[in-house]
Amino acid sequence: MKTILNEQQLAITIRRLSHQVLENNIDLDNTIFIGIQPRGIFVSDQMIQVIRQLAPPEKVKYGKLDITFYRDDIRNQLHVPNQTDIPFSIENKNVVIIDDVLYTGRTIRAALDALLDFGRPAKVELCVLIDRRFSRQLPIQPDYTGRSIDSIISQKVKVFWKERDGKEEVVLL
Amino acid sequence: MQLSVKHLLGIRDLTRQDIQIILDTATQFKEVLQRPIKKVPSLRDVTIVNLFFENSTRTRISFELAEKRLSADTINFTASASSVSKGETLLDTVNNILSMKVDMVVMRHSASGAPHFLAQHIPAAIVNAGDGINEHPTQGLLDAFSMREKLGRLEGLKVAIIGDIMHSRVAMSNIYLLKKMGAEVMVAGPPTLIPKYIQEAFDIRVEYNLKKALEWCDVANVLRIQLERQNQVLFSSLREYSLAYGINKRLLDSLDKRIVIMHPGPINRGVELDSDAADSNQSIILQQVENGVAVRMAVLYLLSGGREQV
Repeated sequence: MKTILNEQQLAITIRRLSHQVLENNIDLDNTIFIGIQPRGIFVSDQMIQVIRQLAPPEKVKYGKLDITFYRDDIRNQLHVPNQTDIPFSIENKNVVIIDDVLYTGRTIRAALDALLDFGRPAKVELCVLIDRRFSRQLPIQPDYTGRSIDSIISQKVKVFWKERDGKEEVVLL
Repeated sequence: MQLSVKHLLGIRDLTRQDIQIILDTATQFKEVLQRPIKKVPSLRDVTIVNLFFENSTRTRISFELAEKRLSADTINFTASASSVSKGETLLDTVNNILSMKVDMVVMRHSASGAPHFLAQHIPAAIVNAGDGINEHPTQGLLDAFSMREKLGRLEGLKVAIIGDIMHSRVAMSNIYLLKKMGAEVMVAGPPTLIPKYIQEAFDIRVEYNLKKALEWCDVANVLRIQLERQNQVLFSSLREYSLAYGINKRLLDSLDKRIVIMHPGPINRGVELDSDAADSNQSIILQQVENGVAVRMAVLYLLSGGREQV
């Protein structure tokens, strides 16, 4: 087991990502942040906290998207869905998708499909905490990356969160 | 997580956890139905046949909409316009349809146990859309979903099922489900319409006085008098039934609390339920219909998943 980000690094990385995302999307009236259920929400919740300290909090629009019904492996294994909550229109808005680990790219493919059912965004960006580069199965790349890592298929990236696991850390298993 | 059953034949076969999974999944599908594009691609590769050997409006449209909202391909079958009238047996009919590569069967039949019989003989997943006087599981699920949505819980809820208990598959599914989820159940109606041993069989309350039943309950699920299934005279006239067991606004206003009125439809207006009660703001009858689509989407989705284990 190898630690990729310890608790302090994780906090700093999330702050940096929040700043970067905000820097490029300073027009908050036209920006929507979407966390991917279930695990991306831990990243997006923390990022939104930071962003709401940096900008007028009431202007920050934040939704949650569950991609279960759009998965391409739905027939192999049954997945029970999580909550989707996007209480505003994404038509012509800049959407920032936030997830924890970008691996094959299949989750993001499903997320893009799901997102389009809510309207036609002007632009979609992708922000991930960990990018497992060189392991993509689809042509999808992040716009904002917390940490890029090289890993092989048999390895696993696990992210621990305080509220769920009692500790905050990213490890390679 | 997965359901413990391969078919949905009745609530009787479901575990408490199964019911929980279905209701929770239905909550997410209800959100899907509020989207600008009310459709998900989950069942794109699934073909479903709707076999209706008995008349239906709500259930049939509801299932069909649920299937379409899941992107499944659907075929509709009505017994009266088919070779059943030429004498083909149920199993032959279904096997012929299945040989055209159909994955799931939604079936309504006037004979109790018809879907159970099919389940023993065919490989496709079967959803019971009502069989005789046995069960109507998706109605039970959507009733529970609507109660949970309106009142926030099922556990400890007092539900009175009122009317023609004897001939009602809705009553059966409701009783099984509510008991499994920890609600308190009462059946109310004239003695001739309540099966004799129901109290012992299900450990529920029985009440013959409508006013007392309404005073006890949080939710009144009012059932239709099923004249088409009654082959003997069980009460003297509809007018007499209505006087003793019809629910109207005046009766509801005379209670010292506001109860929720439900009805699985179709309503015999002026018999079991008067218009002023059916259309009042205590009634959630139309929400039940709305929730029906989400609940049926959940059932079809959960039964279609994990078929081919890798």
